[in-house]
Order: sequence, then structure tokens, then C-alpha cells
Amino acid sequence: METLFAILIGMFFAAAVYLMLSKYSVRILLGVALLGNAVNLLLFTAGRLTREVPPIIPAGVDALPSGTANPLPQALILTAIVISFSFFAFLLVLTYRAYQELGTDDTDEMRVAEPRGEDRPPMGY
Amino acid sequence: MATPTNLSAAFTLTPPPLADWLVILPVALMIGLGAVLMMVRKSVRLHGAIAIAGLAALVLIDAGLLWRVATHGPVTMVMGRWLPPFGIAFTADLFGAAMALAAAVVALAAAIFALRDIDASGRRYGFYPFLMLLMAGVSGAFLTGDIFNLYVWFEVLLISSFGLLILGSQPEQIDGALKYAVLNLIATTLFLIAVGYLYAIFGTLNMADIARKAVALRDTGPLTTLTGLFILAFAMKAAAFPVNFWLPASYHTPRIVVSALFGGLLTKVGIYALMRVTVMLFPVEREALSIVIVVIAILTMMVGALGALAQSDIRKLIGYLVIAGIGNMLSGVAIGTPGAVSGAILYALHSMVTMTALYLVAGEIGRLGGGWSLVHLGGLFRRAPSFAGVSFVLFLAAAGLPPISGLWPKVVLLKASLDIGAWWLAAAILVSAFLITLALARVVLFAYWRPSPREIEPMTAAADWRIALPLAALTALTIFFGLFPETLLGLSQDAATGLADPTAYIRSVFPQGEGQ
Repeated sequence: METLFAILIGMFFAAAVYLMLSKYSVRILLGVALLGNAVNLLLFTAGRLTREVPPIIPAGVDALPSGTANPLPQALILTAIVISFSFFAFLLVLTYRAYQELGTDDTDEMRVAEPRGEDRPPMGY
Repeated sequence: MATPTNLSAAFTLTPPPLADWLVILPVALMIGLGAVLMMVRKSVRLHGAIAIAGLAALVLIDAGLLWRVATHGPVTMVMGRWLPPFGIAFTADLFGAAMALAAAVVALAAAIFALRDIDASGRRYGFYPFLMLLMAGVSGAFLTGDIFNLYVWFEVLLISSFGLLILGSQPEQIDGALKYAVLNLIATTLFLIAVGYLYAIFGTLNMADIARKAVALRDTGPLTTLTGLFILAFAMKAAAFPVNFWLPASYHTPRIVVSALFGGLLTKVGIYALMRVTVMLFPVEREALSIVIVVIAILTMMVGALGALAQSDIRKLIGYLVIAGIGNMLSGVAIGTPGAVSGAILYALHSMVTMTALYLVAGEIGRLGGGWSLVHLGGLFRRAPSFAGVSFVLFLAAAGLPPISGLWPKVVLLKASLDIGAWWLAAAILVSAFLITLALARVVLFAYWRPSPREIEPMTAAADWRIALPLAALTALTIFFGLFPETLLGLSQDAATGLADPTAYIRSVFPQGEGQ
């Protein structure tokens, strides 16, 4: 099961990196979204994948029986999902604003902050 | 119901001493004030006063915390009374407390400067609430003792920095913010990947627990790979050379006081996390990767210095100075001896104050000279001689010339690199400092010394305390620590010793030494 998930996560990462290498901001954004999900899956797999044993401590015992899934990575994922979701929402709005203000989604053309052919520092006076 | 279980296996049953609350107070205060400012968002006139009072309180709290840590050793508090490593621990050692104090001082100065720099519309957009939440994130990052919690604070300060960066919504801000946002988000995601692998290897997220378990896992776990991943993530946050391009693309776009905050705080949080992970948690792996780090350090120094030399916009020039400083700190990490690490810590503290002050100077240059381009500026010395004096002192500090505070970290780093025979590293530090001196001398020559190439319009406004006070205070700090560096040198040496040998740190988290 873990091997299968490892391959799946690898495919997620590959797709995310491929999309982020694009120069169009929308594709980069999709890449970022995929990357977040890849990381979530990675955390999930790091906490053992078992469905047979529920993570419940039986009466009279202090610790989880062996072979249960570790619940902590799932808590981490919940935190990471919330954070990456809010960031993705912000980035969506920012990209849309950038498209409105700058008139392009091609990052090569976004040169307002760093215009081409800026003045060189003067050599003397 | 079963028999009552012995809670002492999972909880600390005694309440923590009152002084330990200092560890959590900075974060709690800043989050609380951020919420309060959101509640009174209609009456923006109150914002400045509340925020400045809160930041002054933060300075006092952080000073108290630093004093407590310096006298009693590292302080730990566990959330929800869960015993570490189960609960999230906040642990302040000298390094974290000193960085938190410097951050609070810088933020207070910036908040006063912002009284003038941020207009009513900027305040309605929430400058001060964002500032409070940014400081919550920064303080949390410096004081937490849990590595996933560190990730959360990174995200808190990142989302607040987005808000500050686009305040004003000019097209160039949107442009800069898009690049800043995407690249920083990727950096924190890389950090999260590293945390995931770390948990898979160690089964714990508590830094003290990781530090003591690393010894046993060194033979079996892929710790060098893990450390490499952490270095990539934090180097991206700190704007080290191959992954620094978000910084020159965005730092000159927002309001100048926002640039000052970012230049002083954000990259230093990255370098702090890098030092915490490489020096304290994985020292053996840092040693193995030191050749990589030293190459990055030299390239970062050179890119920063040459970039500064090539800019005509003063704000961009200061952005490259920030990058060059990161290169200097990285060289301390690469050498890794306690002396070198203390030099890096000292440099970080100095750089926080100096870079913020330099951006504030740039703000005043923009106001007096009507722009930032060296091509058009001139005559500032004649128009504002005392301001020119203050700027000159800060330029000396940034270039690392005596008698200002920038000298000492460079001296310590040079000595540390000569001690291990790395004369080429010492040479790189000196060449970088020389190029920065040239770049700043050119600013003095063109912006201050030469007569203005344009018709000078009469001075728009007299000197204002909201500008003069923070600038004078930060400059006084750099002069004071340049003339009397003993306290700071001793502090950074103790902090570096505490990082290199985290026994006291671990004992503060696990007082009984239970576990393994």
C-alpha cells in the first residue's frame, strides 16, 4: 500500500513541478495547489497506512495497540490543509488582480516592478 | 469508569512558575492586540496608539524574557500542560530571546515611523492589525520549541506579510507581491515536506527531543538528505543566492515602512530557523554539507554586493545589502565553530537594526528628494544636514566600518574563518564589504554631496518627530553597540555555545531527563 502511495505522491510532485515551471501564472497556481496536496499525501503516508485497526485505546491499557495508524500526521494534515487552502484562495485573488492590473498572465511580461532598461547608476558628475 | 489513572505520566501537575509565562506572552499579546485592532477597525485613529503601546510592552516583555534566560537558562512552557514531547513546547534560549527582543525593537521603531508613512486609507486597510499578526508570527518563530509549530508561525507571518505587501494596491506592488507570494509559499511547502520526513524518521516534532534522538538515528536515518532539504527551504526564506530572486523583485514595491519591516525581520527568521536546525539539531550533517553552505555563502555575498553596486534605485540597493548580509551569516553557519556561529548571531542582530534603519532612511530620501533614483537625486546634505549625518552613520554600519556596530560581527567572522585556515572565505567577506562600501559611498556622493541636478523646490515639511525619533533611536543603538560591544559579544557567544551544546535546552524541556 505504501509503495502504491509513494508512486502516487511522486506523480503528484512531478505534475506540480512541471506546472510550476510554466511562465503562465494560472498554471503556476495549479502547480502550487497540486504541490500542497502532494505534501498532504506524503504526511498521511508517513503516519502508516492501515485500516484494519482503529486507533482506539482499549480499556485498561495506556497506549495504542501496535499496528494502528498514527493519528498525529492526520492532525498535521488538517492544519496544513487549512493553511494551504487559505493561501490558495489568496493567491487566486492576487493572480486575478495581477491579470486585471497588468493585463497579462505571462510572468515574462510582468515587468512593472522591474522595468527593462532602467537607468544605470551615474558614472560621475 | 476505570480506576483513576495516574495523570503524571501525561501532564505536568504543578502549575508553571509565573516567570515562565514570559515565553508565551509575546505571542499571546500580539495575537490579542491584532484581534482588538480588528474590532476597532472603524476608528483608525486609535490604531497607532494601541499598536505602539502594545509594541512597547512587547519590547519590555522580550527584555524581561532575555534577562530571565540569561540568568536562569532556557525557559520552557508546554501548552495544555501536556508533558513534552506530546504537548507543543515553547522554549526560549538566549538565541531565540535575543532575536525576539531585536525584532520587537525594530517593529516599535517601524510602528512609530508608520504614523506618518501610512495614511488613513492604509490604516483602514489594516496596516496595524497586520503588523501585530506579523509580530505574533515572528515572535512565535523565535520562541517555539516545536518544529511543526515553527511551520505554523512561518505561515502566520507569511500571510500577514502578504497583507502588508499589497497595501496600497499599486500595479508594481501586485507584480512584486505575486512573485513574493508564490516563491515564499513554495519555500514553506518545502519546509513542510522536510517536517513530514523528519516526523517519519524521528516520530517526534519537539526540537529538544529531536536533538537527543539524532545521536542514535544518525547511522540508520537519511539525516543528511533531510538537512539538505531544510537548508534549501530556509535558504529560500532567507534569500540566499540561487533562490533569492523574490527579494529584489518585491522589496522595493510596498510602502517604505513595510520594506523596513521585511528587510529587518523576515529574512532573519529564515536564517534563525536555518541555524536552529543545522547547528543545534543536525551538527554532524551540517559539517558534511559545510562545503555546499560555504559556496552558497560566498555567492550570496558577491551577488548582494555586485547587485548593490549595479542599482540606481536606493530601495533596490538596500535590498541587495540585505542579501549580502545573509551571505555573511551563512558563512558563519558554514564554519560552524562556536566562534563563527556567534559571529553569525551578532550579524543577525546587527542586520535587523541596520537594515530597518536604512529603509527608513530611504523613505526620508524619497520624501526630501522626491524619488529614489541616483540619477535624479542630489543636494540632500545641503537640505537636511543632520539627516545626512544620521544616514552617514548607518551607511558606515552597513558597510562594516568602525566605529559602528557593523564592524564587530565581521571581525568575529573573519577571525573564525582565519582560525580554520579558510583565508579565501575571509577574503570573500572583505571583498564583499569593500564593494558595499563603494556602493554606499556612491549614494553619499550622488544623493547627498553633489548639488541637485534639478530645480529644488523648497522643503515641504520640517523634520517630524515621527520620523526623527525612530531613526535617531536605531542609529543610537548601532553607535552604542559599535563603541561598547562587550555585552553583545558576550551574549552572542553564550547563545552560540547554547546552540552548539543544547544540554541546557534539552534539560529545560525534560527536567527529569525521562524518556531515553
